[in-house]
Amino acid sequence: MSYTNGEGIQFVLAFLFVLAFVMYIVAAIQSSRRYKTWPFYRIILWSFGMVLAFSAVFGPLAARAHNDFTAHMIVHLLLGMLAPLLLVLGAPMTLLLRTLNISLARRLSRILKSRPVWILMNPIVTSFLNIGGLWILYTTDLYMMMHNNPFFHIVIHLHIFLAGYIFTASMIYVDPTPHSFSFVYRALVLVLALAGHNILSKYMYAQPPNGVPLAQAEMGTMLMYYGGGVVDFILIWIFMSQWFKATRPQAVIFNENAAE
Amino acid sequence: MADYVTKNRFIYSTRNLWSGFLFGLGLVAFFDEVVFHQLLHWHHFYDKSTTSIGLVSDGLFHAFSWFATVGGLFMLADLRRRHALWFTRWWGGLFFGVGIFQLYDGTIQHKVMRLHQIRYNVDIFPYDLTWNIIALVLTIIGLILITHTQRIQKSEESVSHE
Repeated sequence: MSYTNGEGIQFVLAFLFVLAFVMYIVAAIQSSRRYKTWPFYRIILWSFGMVLAFSAVFGPLAARAHNDFTAHMIVHLLLGMLAPLLLVLGAPMTLLLRTLNISLARRLSRILKSRPVWILMNPIVTSFLNIGGLWILYTTDLYMMMHNNPFFHIVIHLHIFLAGYIFTASMIYVDPTPHSFSFVYRALVLVLALAGHNILSKYMYAQPPNGVPLAQAEMGTMLMYYGGGVVDFILIWIFMSQWFKATRPQAVIFNENAAE
Repeated sequence: MADYVTKNRFIYSTRNLWSGFLFGLGLVAFFDEVVFHQLLHWHHFYDKSTTSIGLVSDGLFHAFSWFATVGGLFMLADLRRRHALWFTRWWGGLFFGVGIFQLYDGTIQHKVMRLHQIRYNVDIFPYDLTWNIIALVLTIIGLILITHTQRIQKSEESVSHE
């Protein structure tokens, strides 16, 4: 490895997460003074998400991920799947909108309603950015290059995190979503995206990325498959419970009272 | 004359079928994972004799079955709160789902496309026979339950129209 464990890189990524964590807490305290108290469970979810993202890029795990593919996969699961899920559940955009002053909040919501955001938040686009990005990372020399080049390292880790976040946010709607897609459409894309993740992990089992020893690849890809399955299950559960709420019977058709 | 539950059941008759069917697919995938992968070790995470199309169909089926398990159960909860759960029909969907997938897996995937096999390094014929007979029986049970409930609905509805 051409750079020593990349402490500088670790600091850059870690700093961003600490910053996002502190801003969220400040916003929660500030806006709770003016409006209804910001839900405590959202603060907990956000904090948990940030702790996981932080531990994925800073400290012993991040250092080990440098030359251990299994550790790298734990980083991938935390940074690209579990942390984004928890952070989406923290509803940061809702918090931001109620913290900003009115003119800034209006400007932000105008951006959220814009066409580029509509394109970016389309489940197909987020799936390609997320799963497609992984295919490129692991089936080309990019994975090797990432470990030899600090710049690639930062960009790829940020991409894994952000792509994971917008993918999750495009599947389950926690924050205000001006452009919402139907449940059926999202379900279809979600299944295909998860399939892409499954296929990639099995493919890597036989065809490890360049520079990864076979034994590590087998361990790491199984972790990717089954660990990913656990996060997928939670994601699907939340997705379905949102469907369950959305389709609750508006008018009771035939119940005990009506039958009498 | 039909009471309100029966009316609701007829309205959501298709949803009952789908809920059972989807949960059946999820169930058969779970059964496959636990029994054949984890307990018997007949199937492996990746046996390297699997073709690339086998890999794709496997990944797709695993993702879909995950979704179907959760989705099927949420639909079941939805039917319950609508007082429209029709268990006979739901079971029909479940048996049909389990059976038809096993049958498809056992004939098309294993034999026609030769994607993977039930076991390796043994005489495969008895395994194939057992697998497909079980699948066929389950499918037939499912079909019987489905047509049975269909007939009940038809006759009840024709009575209520008179």
